[in-house]
Amino acid sequence: MAETHKPPERFTLRMRRYDPESGEAPYWDEHTIELEPHRSVLEGILQAKAKFDGSIGIRCSCRAAICGSCGVRINGEPGLACHTHLDHARASSKDGVIEVEPMGNMPVIKDMIVDMDAVHWKKVQRVTPWLINEGPQPEREHLVPRESMVDITQTMACIQCGACVSDCLAMEVDPGFIGPAALAKAYRFVGDPRDEEQRERLLDLSEDPQGIYDCTHCFKCVEACPKDVNPMGQIMRLRRIAGADQHINDQNNGHRHEETVVTLIKDYGLLHEAEMIPRSYGGNSWFGKFHPAAGKELLSSLPVAIRGIAKRKMSIKIAIFGHKIPKQDLNAVKRIYEKVESKPERYELNLYVSGVDEDAEQTPVGVGSEEGSAK
Amino acid sequence: MPAHDVLIIGAGLAGQRAALAAAKAGASVAILSKVHPVRSHSVAAAGGINAAINVADDWRSHAYDTVKGSDFLGDQDAIEIMCSEAPKEVMHLEHIGVTFHRNDSGELDLRAFGGASMKRTAYVADITGQAILHVLYEQLMKHHEQVERYEEWFVTSLLQDDSGRCCGVVARDVRSGRMETLQAKNVILACGGAGQVYSPTTNALIVTGDGIAQAYRIGAPLMDMEMVQYHPTTLVENGLLITEGARGEGATLLNSEGERFMEKYAPNKMELASRDVVSRAEQTEILEGRGVGANKDGIYLDITKVPRKRTLEALREIVNIGKDFAGVDITREPIMIRPGQHYIMGGVKTDVNGATPIEGLYAAGEVACVSVHGGNRLGANSLLDTLIFGRRAGEHAAARAASMGLPDTSDAQLREDVATIDAIIARPRTGRRVSEIKQELGETMNQYVAVYRDQEGLEQAHEIVKRLQAESKDAYIDDKGAVFNQDVLGAIELGYMLDCAEATVVAAIERKESRGAQFRTDFPERNDAEWLKHIDISLNGDGPQISYSAVTMTQWEPEERKY
Repeated sequence: MAETHKPPERFTLRMRRYDPESGEAPYWDEHTIELEPHRSVLEGILQAKAKFDGSIGIRCSCRAAICGSCGVRINGEPGLACHTHLDHARASSKDGVIEVEPMGNMPVIKDMIVDMDAVHWKKVQRVTPWLINEGPQPEREHLVPRESMVDITQTMACIQCGACVSDCLAMEVDPGFIGPAALAKAYRFVGDPRDEEQRERLLDLSEDPQGIYDCTHCFKCVEACPKDVNPMGQIMRLRRIAGADQHINDQNNGHRHEETVVTLIKDYGLLHEAEMIPRSYGGNSWFGKFHPAAGKELLSSLPVAIRGIAKRKMSIKIAIFGHKIPKQDLNAVKRIYEKVESKPERYELNLYVSGVDEDAEQTPVGVGSEEGSAK
Repeated sequence: MPAHDVLIIGAGLAGQRAALAAAKAGASVAILSKVHPVRSHSVAAAGGINAAINVADDWRSHAYDTVKGSDFLGDQDAIEIMCSEAPKEVMHLEHIGVTFHRNDSGELDLRAFGGASMKRTAYVADITGQAILHVLYEQLMKHHEQVERYEEWFVTSLLQDDSGRCCGVVARDVRSGRMETLQAKNVILACGGAGQVYSPTTNALIVTGDGIAQAYRIGAPLMDMEMVQYHPTTLVENGLLITEGARGEGATLLNSEGERFMEKYAPNKMELASRDVVSRAEQTEILEGRGVGANKDGIYLDITKVPRKRTLEALREIVNIGKDFAGVDITREPIMIRPGQHYIMGGVKTDVNGATPIEGLYAAGEVACVSVHGGNRLGANSLLDTLIFGRRAGEHAAARAASMGLPDTSDAQLREDVATIDAIIARPRTGRRVSEIKQELGETMNQYVAVYRDQEGLEQAHEIVKRLQAESKDAYIDDKGAVFNQDVLGAIELGYMLDCAEATVVAAIERKESRGAQFRTDFPERNDAEWLKHIDISLNGDGPQISYSAVTMTQWEPEERKY
């Protein structure tokens, strides 16, 4: 039996403060509080607020990681203040002092409070965030597969805290990127068998250059999410459904590019850089390079290619023939492809049911049904 | 100044449902909330929503269970409306997109819940409140042209015209600190209960009794305020909620002797007796020395009996709560819980359309007392209450708006509220801190106005509350700014909480019997002859005044309550 009654300890919090009315720049403010080590950073901040300075600004409400109010950065990493233990936060700090800052990618209003309307909610509104089902309703419920509702509960579990938005690298570069939270919300409808406009939604999110193909696959949102929503995973599922099921060829070549990468690795075991552009733009075969769109794109990327060769990052031989890997390695790669492609249904790594299931322990991870898979 | 047919205060389930219903009826609607709507405390409702949708079920069975759960203090006409309209409401939620979990035939799956005679709780894992709240907010985004949203606005006063009708509110834009009068033909209070009056509580920090106190201050009566629900399973660590769904899925309660003690208290329903019964049983075990943990102040909730895969799928949130807040893997070992403040059955007295005795003022959800919960609310009836009476209030207010012009309002109250806030900000640091008073209030209520009560303790609590009221008049804060001054809002909320606390204590002293959540050790029996009636509390001059109203009975006579 886990007994967590540990004596209170002293923790120092260094909070990023900003008073918009003062005309002063943001500054750091330190307070030392005393609490049991498994208490949350939020409880620490609330103690500082109650005892020392009531003007410390932080949104908070439930204290239980369900309302999504207290998204902040702790020691530089995004998360919920109520969901981070004081001792863990101290251990991950650079100097023993727990640093709390407002989230990134959103304008700061005051102290740890950011303007979520200006960024997060605007992006949520971008994905038509309601069920489209205008036809006559059944007298009772829609009959849908049991698994479908368990599946979309993962994205329904998003509490809109903004932690994934805070550190989305793609959004940092392209503020117009719809982003992880809103696209996870989009999956909630695309994955909902009751929605009538799944294809239209996918077309829209594929053709928007700041849509599903703007994600750079960096995993930051997966790490940031306190509710295991796995936003990047949902974006990848949107891509697979758009490309493989709906055959949507988006204008910015995201889907063809993905197909090209998959094909090249299957054929060569490694990426064949010189084939990438012609196939992504001209069609996923050796003949792709003769397509006018591919020629145009090849021409425009010539300076990059020449620089690469000049700096010896690339040789002319590899540019023409591609990388070679040992035969047995290439066969191993092909076996992976065969195994994945021979499955009757596409395997989706569903993180919603977290932890390892007893039943699943007997079968290797990645084999078997969608649910009950391991994290 | 902005004017609306229907202005809704609070954007949890009751508020959002009211807004959508009023908009559908053609009214011009605005919804105002001191936090962003999806932060509302409805988000924390875990286990599910009750409705007799199984073909073998009957809404009358649901209604009887609710009447019995209320210890016969619930008004049966209102309960009949709630239970008979429940199936249609749940289907409506399903149609607009709530992701209710299904059985193998694709129909809504149902789970067992406390005090229910059969499985009738529809659910989304154990995030049912969140799922419904977010889906309603999807609908608000869809209908943004019909429903204007004031997000992060805080109400300081309800307004009345010369004839006493409610005609709007004074509110503060939290983000800028700007105060404004919002004019309305109807105001619907949907801003939740008053859990923060207690410490610890399962309730969020925002649940500070705002609407209850605002209505009380303009003369609306409060009803059933003595009925405060202690949830049987809250974390010993910090008071967070472990859903009743856990027991619904088969979890058991064990004392220090490893005994499944509910056999002694409720041999038939065991852990799934009504909440007041289970909380009292736990408290008795703890008081008699059979508690667990270092301080022997807890009880073990054993979820390991539930198949692990089922727990991970259907109780995922409490798996996380156990792991993150108590360091316990609930699928492998029991977790320490105890009764903790969770819900108030009482609130602003309304009729079955949500109308209060003040014309133009409605209330729905936990802020209101219809009364469908009477002495004790059944688990998974609160979501239903918010949605049914939220919708009815929205529809009724919209209909009323269609037949009237805009009442007159002035800026007198606005000027007064601006001056009040300026005065709070200017208070010298001579009195106590607002946060200190709030802490003392919470601990006092949890000590004296809890599962077991007696005259002496209640009177003690009353004295303390009165002293805290006096101290709150010059309690100081630190924040002098206009932008997001949460400190000054905290000072106003403290006043709201003290009003609620006083009403609760006064009503608890008055009710000299034991019924539902009110258990008086000095009056341990239920006394239908004298106390089968509601206690109403109204503001008279400076203090609370007590009156009574009859319990509406339609088809069920009071009987002995056994589980």
